[in-house]
Amino acid sequence: MNRTVPGAIAEREAEGVLERVLALPTQVIGWRKPATREAIFAYVCLSPWIVHFVILIAGAMFVSLFLSFTKTDLLTGTKWLGLGNYKHLFFEDPLFPQALKVTAIYSFGSVPLTTTLALLIALMLNQNIKLRGAWRTLYYMPSIVSGVAVSIIWAWMFNPRFGLINAALKGIGIANPPRWIFSEEWALPAFILMSLWGAGSNMLLYLAGLQGIPTPLYDAAKVDGANAFQRLLNVTLPMLSPTIFFNLIMNVIGSFQIFTQSYIMTQGGPNNATLTMVLFLYRKAFQQFRHGYASSIAWVLFGIIMALTLLVLRSSALWVYYEGELAK
Amino acid sequence: MNVPSEITMERARRLAVERWLLLAGQILGKIGVHLIVITGAFFFTLPFAWMVSTSLKQGALVFRIPPVWIPPKLIWSNYVIPWTMENFSLFYRNTAIICTLCVLGTMCSSTLVAYAFARLRFPGRGIVFLTVLASLMLPGQVTLIPTYVLFSRLGWVDTWLPLIVPTSLGSAFHIFLLRQYFMTISRELDDAAKIDGCSLLGIFFRIILPLSRPALGVVGIFELMYWWNNFFTPLIYLNRPERMTISIGLRMFQTRDEGHLEWTMAMTVLSVIPLIIVFFIAQRRFIQGIVLTGIKG
Repeated sequence: MNRTVPGAIAEREAEGVLERVLALPTQVIGWRKPATREAIFAYVCLSPWIVHFVILIAGAMFVSLFLSFTKTDLLTGTKWLGLGNYKHLFFEDPLFPQALKVTAIYSFGSVPLTTTLALLIALMLNQNIKLRGAWRTLYYMPSIVSGVAVSIIWAWMFNPRFGLINAALKGIGIANPPRWIFSEEWALPAFILMSLWGAGSNMLLYLAGLQGIPTPLYDAAKVDGANAFQRLLNVTLPMLSPTIFFNLIMNVIGSFQIFTQSYIMTQGGPNNATLTMVLFLYRKAFQQFRHGYASSIAWVLFGIIMALTLLVLRSSALWVYYEGELAK
Repeated sequence: MNVPSEITMERARRLAVERWLLLAGQILGKIGVHLIVITGAFFFTLPFAWMVSTSLKQGALVFRIPPVWIPPKLIWSNYVIPWTMENFSLFYRNTAIICTLCVLGTMCSSTLVAYAFARLRFPGRGIVFLTVLASLMLPGQVTLIPTYVLFSRLGWVDTWLPLIVPTSLGSAFHIFLLRQYFMTISRELDDAAKIDGCSLLGIFFRIILPLSRPALGVVGIFELMYWWNNFFTPLIYLNRPERMTISIGLRMFQTRDEGHLEWTMAMTVLSVIPLIIVFFIAQRRFIQGIVLTGIKG
């Protein structure tokens, strides 16, 4: 505390002013009861969040739901359509099933692979190895880089003629390596492969989870004659299941919102092979300005994410073990 | 024939072999783990190395097959020429200003909101906190279009307000993180301060905030990284180059495609470097924060 005295006084005065301003509503109404004053003070503190929630979240959701039942664009204004947008989405617009398919394939490819790879890395790094901190940093580093930079780097890595990946593939004797982001079949696998590069943040969570497993459990298992693999299966994995569960949910939610990669690397191509839901939404909303239609896409996306989250949540009773939970 | 001694010798030999095998297995296992870790780390670093290598090459060398890893002559001008072509210093300045304002904004509001949840008694606390938790899981697309319409009606398109204002009204993620941290601070300190005549706001400023420096650091770093990396929001709201952030500036430069891939790579390296520096300075705190909340920034 080597703060200068005038500074401290000024700070105190500023604080006094702020306090008086915040207390103003209390004084105007004239409530003096401490509990009431505390409640009023609490709502003054909460006011930014309440404004945020009421306008930008609840209000916006309400409006967006309303818009999804209308035809709203720059020219016609707003016209009630009922379920028209949704009907068009599911039965008439060929691009929507495509976007749904692309996003689902990406998610079902990337989520299990990322979750598993991160777990394997964490198990390795949890061993007693040299320079553990340095390895951890190296594996984590890709996760701090932005989507744009990652996309630019990987577009170059996947370049069919001059990229590093095909150079390596040719080096090991594959004469006709895939054309990756320029080919309809290989563009999505390329995205999935690339998503593995970001396994570091999941890994950190697993490492924290692994650190939290009490060693007596392992000792007891050893006494019972369990070998390393049995200990992994019967101690580590059950104890880690809440972390796996958390990562799984977050990865599912994140993977369905994939946008930057397809926007920057492929623009949704070739032939819509990487047209993801959010890219589809972006085009409708911000290139064609069909706000009603785009809102219905947003609500379908929301519904899918909710359904998948609930599915994982429901299934968790079967495989997630919480300490302190009673055996059934 | 001396049967018993042969059996004993046999057993001793078998035991020795077994012990030796076990030891060898352990050593081999250890070497194996190190090998796998090193190989994995190699693959994780490769894209970075490839980017840096490309960024220092002469144009003709970029498309050489098989690839050259270390260019015979390092072309540092790859970093200088594109920098002025697209006014990158402006993009950096803009991004830095936006990040600073967002960090300050969310610090001011989220701390107060979190304080109310962690310490104050008021009717409706459960419900209001539920709104925070629900917002945490909400995919942003459902609120995107009305928010965009609102901001464009307010004339905020092509200003930084759509980026700064929402987070300055409190972000669900930071509120949750700070509330969790505030809950760990002993209430006895509050009571002691109250007895000494400290007001509720005084407790916030004199007790909660000074004791929460680590959590505030985490919030600051997350917010900084988020806005440095964010692509979608600036893409929607910022059109004029004078307003742009580094992420869309970089994208714009990439689409201009001057036929110099090494320039794009050099600018990508530069866009990443500040983040890596911040990460290395604040690494411990950063990892703590991720572990504390379970979500990356």
